Amino acid sequence: MPPPAQKNRAPAALDAAELAAVQAHFRTLRREPTPAELETLARAWSEPCRSRTFAGPVRFNDGRKTRRFKNLLDETIVKASRRLNRAWCLSTFQDGAGIVAFGPKWALAFKVEAHSHSCAIEPHGGAETGVGGVIRDVIAAGLGARPVLNTDHLCVAPPDYAGPLPDTVRHPRRILGSVVSGVRDYGNRMGIPTAAGGLWFDDAYRLNPLVFCGTVGLLPAWAVRKEAKAGDLIAAAGGRTGRDGLRRTPGAGPDGNDASAVQVGHALNGKRLLDALLAARDRKLFRAVTACGAGGFAAAVAALAGGRGARISLEKAPLKAPDLAPLEIWLSESQERLLFAVPPRGLDAFAQACAAEGCETAVLGEFTDTGRLVVTHAGTPVVDLDLGFLSRGLPRAEKAAVWTAPKPAGAKAPAREKGLDQILTEGLAHLNVCSREWVIRQYDHEVQGGTVVKPLQGSRHDGPGDACVIWPHAATGDSDDFQGFAVGHGLNPAYGRLDPYRMALACADEALRNLLCVGADVSRAALLGNFCWADPDDPEQLGALVRAAEGCRDAALGLGVPFISCQEILRNQSADASGKTLAIPGTLLVSALAPVADVRKSLTMDIKGPGNALYLVGSTAEELGGSLFHQICGRCFGCAAPAADPRAAAAMFKGVQAALAKGLALSAHDLSDGGLGVAAAEMCFTGGFGAALDLDKVPRRSAIYSDAVLLFSESASRILLEVAPDREAALLKALRGLPAKRVGATMANPVLKVAGLDGRVVMESALSTLKSAWQDALPGRLG
Amino acid sequence: MKKPRILVLRAAGTNCDLETADACTQAGGAPERVHIDLIRAGRARLMDYDILVLPGGYSYGDDLGAGRILANQLKLHIKELRNFVRLGRPVLGISNGFQALVKTGLLPVAHASEQTAGFTANDSGLFEARWVHLRLNTQSSCLFFKGLPEMIELPVAHGEGKLVLRSPRQLEDLKKNKSIAMQYVSDDGKLAGYPANPNGSVFNIAALSNPEGNCLGLMPHPERYISKFQHPNWTRQTFVKAGVGLELFRNAVDYCRG
Repeated sequence: MPPPAQKNRAPAALDAAELAAVQAHFRTLRREPTPAELETLARAWSEPCRSRTFAGPVRFNDGRKTRRFKNLLDETIVKASRRLNRAWCLSTFQDGAGIVAFGPKWALAFKVEAHSHSCAIEPHGGAETGVGGVIRDVIAAGLGARPVLNTDHLCVAPPDYAGPLPDTVRHPRRILGSVVSGVRDYGNRMGIPTAAGGLWFDDAYRLNPLVFCGTVGLLPAWAVRKEAKAGDLIAAAGGRTGRDGLRRTPGAGPDGNDASAVQVGHALNGKRLLDALLAARDRKLFRAVTACGAGGFAAAVAALAGGRGARISLEKAPLKAPDLAPLEIWLSESQERLLFAVPPRGLDAFAQACAAEGCETAVLGEFTDTGRLVVTHAGTPVVDLDLGFLSRGLPRAEKAAVWTAPKPAGAKAPAREKGLDQILTEGLAHLNVCSREWVIRQYDHEVQGGTVVKPLQGSRHDGPGDACVIWPHAATGDSDDFQGFAVGHGLNPAYGRLDPYRMALACADEALRNLLCVGADVSRAALLGNFCWADPDDPEQLGALVRAAEGCRDAALGLGVPFISCQEILRNQSADASGKTLAIPGTLLVSALAPVADVRKSLTMDIKGPGNALYLVGSTAEELGGSLFHQICGRCFGCAAPAADPRAAAAMFKGVQAALAKGLALSAHDLSDGGLGVAAAEMCFTGGFGAALDLDKVPRRSAIYSDAVLLFSESASRILLEVAPDREAALLKALRGLPAKRVGATMANPVLKVAGLDGRVVMESALSTLKSAWQDALPGRLG
Repeated sequence: MKKPRILVLRAAGTNCDLETADACTQAGGAPERVHIDLIRAGRARLMDYDILVLPGGYSYGDDLGAGRILANQLKLHIKELRNFVRLGRPVLGISNGFQALVKTGLLPVAHASEQTAGFTANDSGLFEARWVHLRLNTQSSCLFFKGLPEMIELPVAHGEGKLVLRSPRQLEDLKKNKSIAMQYVSDDGKLAGYPANPNGSVFNIAALSNPEGNCLGLMPHPERYISKFQHPNWTRQTFVKAGVGLELFRNAVDYCRG
């Protein structure tokens, strides 16, 4: 690969307006920029290093009026989260990971990062660097955090996709297998349980699969703040710098098809680096730390320097190959590297602490107070830039965004007549619902011994849990402290196709519902948003993104739950086999983190025994747009995506949480894809007990005359509870004022029996049939 | 009473050391997590400890096979290890630690100087993280098993855990020497195939001990079951008791206290 330094031209990633700004800046300096300076600016201003679109000015027209945002992210999600002003949010929207308090002594750092095109070309390597990257960002949160949980969400095309594919893209089955093995190989080697996540299948992800890797890290409360001081040494630790990190940062340039694409991850070095960092942190040997991710040393030095200044001698960096050009060293994105600000008198101790773990360190330079970034190589100047220009010089062009509400499609007759039992069986076997055991078992989800509520639940450890609960006793070293935390997710691009605003509300609602079901304190939850979109220069795409951001804003305000970090990956589109551009559906992943006051009081979703009552909390409406039902039966009934009401949801969550804290329920499961039918079936076959449901009892907001709608509507904010007969009165008291009704009872007979509106049994399915449909689907389609 | 000193030996890539040390503490021992480089450099001494535990993880990334580099390090640089075992001090190898003990030749027969058994990829071809039922060898003289029921449950998590032997003859020797300490079984206690046997080990072997009973290596992770809340079914079964994994550590501690 020819090093970019040899190309004597402006980097492709700078557009005309940006080049003009650079030109104007250097004209005041009366000199030409060096190639390294141009590359530094291009990387620093690129989409992955800087939210150019999301944190940029947008003119948004929703068909009725036009609104202007100076900074889309700031004026929607950040503003809402600031307004909530939650004291436990210790660090938000800066430093990669968001940090929240976790009891008086600890804090949790949480970040989720999306990766796209690199995972289509080199899925195993792309996934490994994705996991490694987010782990390093969390490791470097505050003064260093110990990772205690990994999450992993994949959006891919169905593994048995049979359509044409361009030559450069691998088949979805291979992408799925390789991504899972990449996440596995890195996460397992780092000793971090990968215990939360999900899969979403859609044909439109075949060219641009999405891999959302997340990490939760635990750090002492004293280690949240960091600040480098002038005079501190800049020390690099970890892996060496090499050409492996010289691919273009994805999204940094218009060309995305560089097949030699991905850096080489090395989990063992990552583990050494983690051990070294934590040893040095506990001896307080450094003042700040940051990960070398996109943009390499260039971005990391600028991030650590803040507005101060830095002087770097590139020849001091340990290299994988001796003949790297200065520019290559400066920009290489080789993995497993961290950058530290070390006070000079602590340097020896710092170097020794790292060496004890087999981790190499080198002093590259020092922080200054000149406000300039000065880089040399063996005395030769490479870069001399004003840090103020680097961080604020990016010209911000206003982008146009429009939103046209989809026309309300009238109710159509069902395209295919199917019995309720057939719809349920097919729904359970649907790729977006079926068992993920094939994936979960490959991840060491119990390392650290803290996975108290596991991803697979029930009598035979194979049912779908709502969320995992982690009891980080190994990391805190205190087995008498039963405080834990839970992580849940919400993702549904099918709703987003109809309305990104409603998708955002539904995703936040689902993420919190998942937490609620395992007994977490959702009033103390914090949210992360990951937006993966197509071309932001297309006003319709950007309009959809604005809608999603506004949905997140309203979800945060209504639910009273702040966002602590957001990230976007744009331009997820490629030319398919016929040359037509295929964009991914606008995809939002909402991840939620909440503390669990006492992990010994957590809940699982499996039916615990016969003769218990089933209570449905939350009201049902005819909301089938984007639903599983539509995908199985074709479009019929109302076609709008479910509309969550965050304020009503907040009240309901509060009531249910209080009831669960009193131990009034034996199990809880949220209603999401496939509604009541799928939720009840999952609870039953996971617990090994049957249930009888009476659809006439289902609480509803409007008149519904169809059994299928009651059984499969996907209205948000609904939870199914299993309650022992002697607790029913207390439960109803705790849920007073909420739509909650007894909709059935559990039984020993292993069947799911449903009575329709007319009182007759409209469905009776054996649990064994339902379970095998649910379990066999993914292995069957993997072939 | 003085707490037995427990050496939890780390190397680059070891990742179950924290929870293993935690289990040692709860069992009444005084664990120290020590990097193998410190022992090589003479700054810590194996013989100063009463118990040695090799925790799980990916020592040296398992780059040359599970536990291979760690085994070489032990063989070449920790010469006292053989003596430690011969003196009857308890040695526990968990998962990666078990693989390393087998590859040093310390298991299944401590006086063999060469490796006599090995590990290969799971029959499923996949990493397997799941809870398994185990039957303990009640005939075994293993000091770690005192007072344990014949059937227990523990989680496994490994990709390269299929134990292989040199010959059918060797299996007969192992049976005769009571070296087969644990076997994977179905929930009704019978030898069964996948997934009860998660990796396809010969004769469903999950753990080996030396004939003297002071050195035990096992693929399952006892340190992940030291509290009832770590069992997958604690929310449904009232009979799930305190973690049985802790008993293994407690037995070693009690043994040292005499």
